[in-house]
Amino acid sequence: MADNPQEQVQPTRPLSPHLTIYHWAPTMIVSITHRATGVALSVGMLALAAWLVAISNGPDAYQAFYDLAASPPGLVVLFGFAWALAFHFLNGIRHLVWDVGYGFEKETARMSALLVIGLSLLIAAGIFALVWSGRAGYLA
Amino acid sequence: MRNMKTPLHRVRGLGSAHSGTGHFWHERVTSVALIPLTLWFAWAMLGLINASPVAAIGFLAHPWNALLMMGFIVVTLYHVKLGMQVIIDDYVHTPGAKIALLLLVRFAVILTGAVSLFALLGIVSL
Repeated sequence: MADNPQEQVQPTRPLSPHLTIYHWAPTMIVSITHRATGVALSVGMLALAAWLVAISNGPDAYQAFYDLAASPPGLVVLFGFAWALAFHFLNGIRHLVWDVGYGFEKETARMSALLVIGLSLLIAAGIFALVWSGRAGYLA
Repeated sequence: MRNMKTPLHRVRGLGSAHSGTGHFWHERVTSVALIPLTLWFAWAMLGLINASPVAAIGFLAHPWNALLMMGFIVVTLYHVKLGMQVIIDDYVHTPGAKIALLLLVRFAVILTGAVSLFALLGIVSL
């Protein structure tokens, strides 16, 4: 294509290595997951709005919301939000620690990335156990 | 002439983007505010699993809970606006699509906030 200048220069001038050439490191995984969970949790705010609207609209609307939330796909999505919130919360604190100037060393950043992954999974497992054993719902 | 900037422009410290570190700073401030608010929110949501509508209303109608929920919603949605803006700025390079998406995020955030707070006010007055 003549109107695309990049197409013309490609044979003689190679592009610099981009994302796909690098070996995945924990820091990269956590970085992109922070964004992905951020987007997912933004969508989650719509679910929170729907829940509040359902409550304010009376028992029938609440029941409809409840049936959707308690359905297998609903539970998977809600559990996903719980893990995403734990992850974004923990990695957000990691970012704030960086902002005050700590933890930038290569090994420290790598270890804190692994810590965020591990802790977020642990919290998600804890939430799952809490709900599964019937210990959640203490305000109900 | 070595510097075409007026003294006022220089002292404001704003470059060609016409904004300084405001976006960055607001993102951090909302992050810090969201640490306690998110802990409260997680505690509340876990506690309200399987709640009857009466129990959910009773919880949310309590002034402290209503205030914390409002705080969580407003601060989170502002954080959403700031975060989504960064992602759009990073990945969307077509000016038209970029402006459309930035507008969409702003409208969606304000609409979500308005609907959520309106519903919450309704719950409080039930």
